[in-house]
Amino acid sequence: MLDNLSVNQRAAILSVVMLVVGLLIWESVIPAQKAVGELTEYERLTGGGQPKAGVPPPSQVLSKAWEQLSDPFYDAGPNDKGIGIQIGYSIYRVLTGYVLAAVVAIPLGFLIGMSQVAYKAFNPFIQVLRPISPLAWMPLALFIIQDSEASAIFVIFICSIWPMLLNTAFGVAGVRKDWVNVARTHELGSLRTAFTVILPAAAPTIVTGMRISIGIAWLVIVAAEMLVGGTGIGYYVWNEWNNLDLTSVIFSILMIGVVGMLLDAAFGFLQRAVAYAE
Amino acid sequence: MSKPFLSIDRLTQQFPDGQGGTLTVFENASFGIEQGEFVCILGHSGCGKSTIMNILAGLAEPTSGAVTMDGAEISGPSLDRGVVFQNYSLLPWLSTLKNVTFGVKAREPGWTKSEVEAHARKYLAMVGLEGDVVHRKPSQLSGGMRQRVSIARAFANHPKLLLLDEPFGALDALTRGTIQDELLKIWGGTEQTVFMITHDIDEAILLADRILLMTNGPFARVSESVEITIPRPRNRTEIVEHPNYYAIRNHLVHFLGLRSKELAGQQGDGAEQRPTPVRIDKTAAAEADPETAPPLRAVND
Ligand SMILES: Nc1ncnc2c1ncn2[C@@H]1O[C@H](COP(=O)(O)OP(=O)(O)O)[C@@H](O)[C@H]1O
Ligand SMILES: [Mg+2]
Repeated sequence: MLDNLSVNQRAAILSVVMLVVGLLIWESVIPAQKAVGELTEYERLTGGGQPKAGVPPPSQVLSKAWEQLSDPFYDAGPNDKGIGIQIGYSIYRVLTGYVLAAVVAIPLGFLIGMSQVAYKAFNPFIQVLRPISPLAWMPLALFIIQDSEASAIFVIFICSIWPMLLNTAFGVAGVRKDWVNVARTHELGSLRTAFTVILPAAAPTIVTGMRISIGIAWLVIVAAEMLVGGTGIGYYVWNEWNNLDLTSVIFSILMIGVVGMLLDAAFGFLQRAVAYAE
Repeated sequence: MSKPFLSIDRLTQQFPDGQGGTLTVFENASFGIEQGEFVCILGHSGCGKSTIMNILAGLAEPTSGAVTMDGAEISGPSLDRGVVFQNYSLLPWLSTLKNVTFGVKAREPGWTKSEVEAHARKYLAMVGLEGDVVHRKPSQLSGGMRQRVSIARAFANHPKLLLLDEPFGALDALTRGTIQDELLKIWGGTEQTVFMITHDIDEAILLADRILLMTNGPFARVSESVEITIPRPRNRTEIVEHPNYYAIRNHLVHFLGLRSKELAGQQGDGAEQRPTPVRIDKTAAAEADPETAPPLRAVND
């Protein structure tokens, strides 16, 4: 019977089976909540006695998801905002830092890719700055910028700049000389050559860099928001952990994954749009 | 003597040879091309044909020497000199039509979109590319079709000089034949000056008014200029019947097979190197009146 199905259909069936089995195992291994009377002194002190303390079963996460997603934008004060608002803050920070990084990285990458001198001059700085964990910048950013919001954006900026910069430089340097010669024999100026020949020729490599950057930015924003606090999905996870609301923690972890997947898919789409076959 | 339309004077090209020395590709080479002439240059691989062409295109600077076209010295590329590269050099992210409008827009910035497109379509139609095929990307075309697009792009710009670097080198014999015919047809309508590199003797005889023969490098020379004394219009099946055909062909085969090697590697004495004109005419009229047609002279004696 399975033989008649396409590869995609068979894969989809397998995925559903894995999901159901995984959820069933999860649901079945959660131990029943201990009665308060059986708690040790230690458990009582660490909050183990509260009903929310244990790892919740998936059914509970699902109902939490339903509850949150049916009203994602409610705002009941600083520590109680809907998941949509929190994710919105995170996306806003990621996109702001990311767009600033693109505005710097892509023109600079063009310059580095076109000019040997520029490449050699910038390379030592890039090599030293690139391996620095973006979070290591946080104290310095907080001190200099004196604003937690802007500091988080700066951290996103600094972590997403490198893949875009290097891929742009690499893509531009690798543009086939023949194509540049076509522009030259048609007397195109340098600006028109950059936009009509080099940019489309290097676009697949540049967009690959942009896709890597957005992935890193989304990884880093969660950590950054845990540090700076206030709003955002990273803060939300940390806050729910402090409330020992593990159901919300698990739900928000899933949401981080879903948003990351959507961001990546958007750039995958862009990648296909600029791809060309030689 | 007045200067020809395209004049190459004492052109020298040296490259570092990778071992600390210099490689002299050619030295003090001089030759001219008249307006409306179709000139082919024949020579073994590596003798410096592409180097000459890149200099004519303005894409490369010679070590010394000058090229003047229409009285003005060439410096840098120009829309007046169209280039068809061996590997077609189409922009793969643009459709066939866009590849041609790309050139037309550069040439005629004032034209409207529809004027540009109509012009491009006209030249694509001349090389047999019409209908839906103009919306395909180069990767979806065969090698022959891609080279047709490249030729259409070059001709659509009406350059004063058209440079072709082994344009049919990568094509199979049948396709090559068809595109040669198309090239002759378009060229016949325009009286364009053409400079074409090839390593195919029959192709050169079919297309050219004159064939420049190059010896092997280093210190390669443009050693002879062979006039093709076969009247136009020519077609591939009829020219082989012409009394001059095999005489010219044998001369070229002999040059490429033997003399290109014998003459190779001789450093010049600093004097200008001009090709020796060679005219081979075995038709009855020429035989009867040897005065009008000098017999083939031995070169370098
Ligand atoms: N940029 C370059 N640097 C060093 N040597 C070169 C360069 N371009 C061409 N050459 C050398 O010049 C010679 C002529 O090359 P080319 O003009 O491409 O030959 P052809 O087109 O006749 O096959 C070759 O020996 C080649 O190795
Ligand atoms: Mg060549």
